[in-house]
Amino acid sequence: MTDPHPIEVDTHRIEVTVNGERRTVVVAAYTVLLDMLRDTFDRTGSKECCAVGECGACTVMVDGLTVNSCLVLAVEVDGAEVTTVEGLAEPGSLSTLQQAFLDHGAVQCGFCIPGMLMSAQGLLEENPSPDVGEVREALSGNLCRCAGYNRMFEAVLSVAEDAR
Amino acid sequence: MHPFRYSLPGALQDAVDLLAEHGEDACPLAGGTDLTVGLRHGTVRPRIVVDLKRLADLRPGVSAENGAVVVTAPTVLTELTAHPTVRSALPALVEAADVVGSVHIRHRATLAGNICNASPAADTVPVLAALEASVVLEGPEGSRRLPVADFVQGNRSTDLRRGELVAVVAIPLPTDPCGTAFARMTRRRGVDLATVNVCCTVSHDGTVTFVYGAAAPRPVIVRDITGTLAAPDADRAAVDAVLDQILGRTTPITDVRASKEYRLAMLRVLSLRALHRARERLATQELARQEGDR
Ligand SMILES: Cc1cc2nc3c(=O)[nH]c(=O)nc-3n(C[C@H](O)[C@H](O)[C@H](O)COP(=O)(O)OP(=O)(O)OC[C@H]3O[C@@H](n4cnc5c(N)ncnc54)[C@H](O)[C@@H]3O)c2cc1C
Ligand code: FES
Ligand code: FES
Repeated sequence: MTDPHPIEVDTHRIEVTVNGERRTVVVAAYTVLLDMLRDTFDRTGSKECCAVGECGACTVMVDGLTVNSCLVLAVEVDGAEVTTVEGLAEPGSLSTLQQAFLDHGAVQCGFCIPGMLMSAQGLLEENPSPDVGEVREALSGNLCRCAGYNRMFEAVLSVAEDAR
Repeated sequence: MHPFRYSLPGALQDAVDLLAEHGEDACPLAGGTDLTVGLRHGTVRPRIVVDLKRLADLRPGVSAENGAVVVTAPTVLTELTAHPTVRSALPALVEAADVVGSVHIRHRATLAGNICNASPAADTVPVLAALEASVVLEGPEGSRRLPVADFVQGNRSTDLRRGELVAVVAIPLPTDPCGTAFARMTRRRGVDLATVNVCCTVSHDGTVTFVYGAAAPRPVIVRDITGTLAAPDADRAAVDAVLDQILGRTTPITDVRASKEYRLAMLRVLSLRALHRARERLATQELARQEGDR
């Protein structure tokens, strides 16, 4: 169906820091953060799955808070600091949390893992010693179809305990 | 996504002007946890989206003054539930706000957005209605105040007029002891909406109020003034008889989340759970008051 009242694409120039790198980019009003990260910044760690906030595969941090990047417009992060899974460790190395996921066999197909890691990271930054209930709650917005939830909870708890 | 224009007004009046100019073609944007889903699905097709997050005269924040908690429109739910007065005086609101989606959703979602979205399953709405909260609307004609229970008119329908937006939500702090609790049933925590939910208040004079969500197109408010439900040693048969009458006021439907029969059965279970907790909270407050008097 063609739109009887087509609108010219409304674009905005925004300045955003992604994993410490500050850039000015031009985005269309309807571009979501997830697409900007993947297509403009080539940060393809964040995944698209449900695209409606239910699965958490797209979880990133905006100014230190976890969000579903499929539900945030790119223009909304003007001036913000965004962290994706690529920002958790230097290229070629793994963070303690990432290593713990591997050590606990928490990664199966891996599709949900970037989002899981960001959610777990968000939790640990706010609450360095969560109990299992708090871990479950923090990861409740992230679905894993391979269903390795318990191993993930164990991985997160191991990092929490090690940090003590 | 269908193209639209995005605007980021710097003051409340500019936002009102934009909304008034574009009418039905404009949509306020707060956290976007409902709106962006609608934009993606094409169920809302605004020509302009008006972002409310950078209004210099409406910064995010919660304040407790003059006997009320005032929550501005751009305040996210995690900020609301972290506020000390909200935590201590409005436990049912914390219970409801804490189960809206996942923490990622609550980092963006707002209380005003939850109300304005007018989903029958909205979790904070039954609590706000039970606490007799109101919304303060700003619009081309100035401002007006409306009880949340009247503002929400039906499924996806509110009394928002052209050019208006919700500027703040005001929740009166109970002056007399009053126990309040929220209970809900969902298929999967963190992801799914409520199958049914309820807020129960028990006031010191024995009035019990239930507000049900996802049980009709708009919140169902029912009161028991007989004192039967408020009595701590209430007879089970008498309680059931009163609940039969109360639940008769709800009109749940069958949909993807549950059948009408299951909803009705769960409304009874949740009513009893919420009632029990609300009574306990009232008792704790009355005890504290007695000790304070001594
Ligand atoms: C995965 C997922 C899970 C969810 N789970 C729950 C749940 O468990 N319980 C629940 O209740 N909700 C749930 N929601 C719905 C949603 O998160 C809430 O309704 C939220 O509070 C909406 O707030 P927002 O700030 O994101 O609103 P937005 O999406 O920004 O706006 C919602 C609507 O209100 C209008 N609006 C927003 N602010 C104003 C204002 N100040 N004045 C006038 N109009 C305004 C917008 O134009 C839009 O129509 C869920 C959503 C998702 C995606
Ligand atoms: S893709 Fe964003 S939550 Fe599923
Ligand atoms: S590891 Fe496969 S979806 Fe989680």
